Amino acid sequence: MKSLFDKLWQAHVVREAQGEPTLLYIDLHLIHEVTSPQAFDGLRQAGRRVRRPDLTFGTVDHNVPTTDRSLPIADAVAANQVETLRRNCKEFGIQLFDINSPEQGIVHVIGPELGLTQPGMTIVCGDSHTSTHGAFGALAFGIGTSEVEHVLATQCLPQNKPRTMKVDVSGALPEGVTAKDLALGIIGRIGTDGATGYVIEYTGEAVRALSMEGRMTLCNMSIEAGARAGMIAPDDVTFAYLKNRRFAPDGERWDKALDHWRTFVSDDDAEFDAVVEIDAARLEPFVTWGTSPGMVVPVTSYVPDPADAANVTDRQAAERALEYMALTPRTNIQEIAIDRAFIGSCTNARLEDLRAAARVAKGYRVSSSVSAMVVPGSQEVKRAAEREGLDRIFSEAGFEWREAGCSMCLGMNADILEPGQRCASTSNRNFEGRQGRGGRTHLVSPMMAAAAAIKGHFTDVREWEFK
Amino acid sequence: MQPFSKHTGLVAPLDRANVDTDQIIPKQFLKRIERTGFGEFLFYDWRYLPDGSLNPSFVLNEPRYRGASILVADKNFGCGSSREHAPWALGEFGFRVIIAPSFADIFANNCFKNGLLPIALPVAEIMRRVQEVEGYELTVDLETQTITDEKGLRVPFEVGSFQRYCLLEGLDDIGLTLRHEDAIKAYEASR
Repeated sequence: MKSLFDKLWQAHVVREAQGEPTLLYIDLHLIHEVTSPQAFDGLRQAGRRVRRPDLTFGTVDHNVPTTDRSLPIADAVAANQVETLRRNCKEFGIQLFDINSPEQGIVHVIGPELGLTQPGMTIVCGDSHTSTHGAFGALAFGIGTSEVEHVLATQCLPQNKPRTMKVDVSGALPEGVTAKDLALGIIGRIGTDGATGYVIEYTGEAVRALSMEGRMTLCNMSIEAGARAGMIAPDDVTFAYLKNRRFAPDGERWDKALDHWRTFVSDDDAEFDAVVEIDAARLEPFVTWGTSPGMVVPVTSYVPDPADAANVTDRQAAERALEYMALTPRTNIQEIAIDRAFIGSCTNARLEDLRAAARVAKGYRVSSSVSAMVVPGSQEVKRAAEREGLDRIFSEAGFEWREAGCSMCLGMNADILEPGQRCASTSNRNFEGRQGRGGRTHLVSPMMAAAAAIKGHFTDVREWEFK
Repeated sequence: MQPFSKHTGLVAPLDRANVDTDQIIPKQFLKRIERTGFGEFLFYDWRYLPDGSLNPSFVLNEPRYRGASILVADKNFGCGSSREHAPWALGEFGFRVIIAPSFADIFANNCFKNGLLPIALPVAEIMRRVQEVEGYELTVDLETQTITDEKGLRVPFEVGSFQRYCLLEGLDDIGLTLRHEDAIKAYEASR
């Protein structure tokens, strides 16, 4: 009667003692330029080494430009941060997928792509969207820089056992309703702190029907519901994805790995501390209207009136959000005009996401009032998309086609919104100023973002005329 | 790490829910490779007007809250990014304690690693008092796990026993884990 989480947890216990957190072993540690420099400094100051450089991999993604990579990074402070990671990886013997390496990309895109992410693993990274890797039946969670240092030095983390939540999604997602909409629907239902202190396991027919890309999108957004991690039990879809990936086991080791991986499923009678049930058939394409991912409504709906909020806290938050977003209660979502569209991020910049957006964009032109960009999640995604001609579809439609990185999801590089600009974004956070000070972010799926870019305002992609 | 046992200080109210780490320390300040230098950028978009001058209508800029070391806020404080720059900025600005009905997990963890105490409590009463009384101070005692003021308020709180121990002693928990080298080696050998 153990859950997938229980099994993952138990398989990684190094030490348990009364009144202390459990010491958990970490199988894979991913690092990037922004949250690691202070951790390496800490190691040096204490005279410590990296215990398992062979289980540690780095890339640069957060602050790198998405423009011409043959040019040096213009921002001297950002360039120094990238150079610091380079130096640290060299000094401590860590493999780095550097800015011009063919494997470079968003850390949560390249981990799975390279087959580093595998079922049954514990995976950490100094980034909250590490929950993405849970799509493979791994226990994957974001950590702070002190914990990055802890893992570098010990390959372990002291952890208090979280509670478990099952989110069971029955039925099938309707046409035009994606994993992103499912994630937004769940957050809209349970709230941005609905899963705080929990690890979510996603189950049910609609989850099983998702591709690995869709599962990654869903697990990625777990943190936006406050969850420590999100996970999906591995199955044949998972194994087919991993087969022949660079770091995946091969030959006899593959068969052995499969036997091991198949054990990481919840028993039929597994118990959870909380259960949420979702009917996939009732979900629609969603659009956020506020400054928190839980402020979300279907595209066929209206901007809510704060007066209808359940309590004072929510009412005040809604009032503040509407003021920041410059929206009036009861505005039809499809009448909201946008200035920018961003298709990218660790949530929605994989090949399947780009295919979905390109299918919408094909044969159309981006509205003259909108500037739109597509930022592939990795160099590998970019190459694969180009082999299929997706870059041409986007370029012909007037979308900019960029190099891989986090880009305007968090706007650490030059890709930011101007004050007051409104953006349809496939990223994960619509916080105030997230994409640039004064910028207004509406979270949507890749298809919805592409459709909004073309129409100049939000539109119901279920009614799209594909060309 | 700076130990924490008992602290008395001026309280500042930030009566907002879902204060995210992007607000606490915006991304343009995350490019530094040091642990210091973040305090002046705390709540940057709220504290400063677009021209760089202080925003007089932001609560922390009010003279009565200058020098505050205890912050009271609404639920889900510290949601969003895992950036430890958020507690670094709060600490450098002068905060030692954050009180809110709930905290995001990663943020709360990051606080404990930096001698900053996050206390999860209903805040309505404290929020009312801090707004009513100029110069309102609280005493936070981690040893006895109580919050008190001079007007008879006495609220018990709880933090994890191990986190409390590490804070009280100002312990480096990497050092603690390294004491279990044998257990780590044994685990590695067993796989």
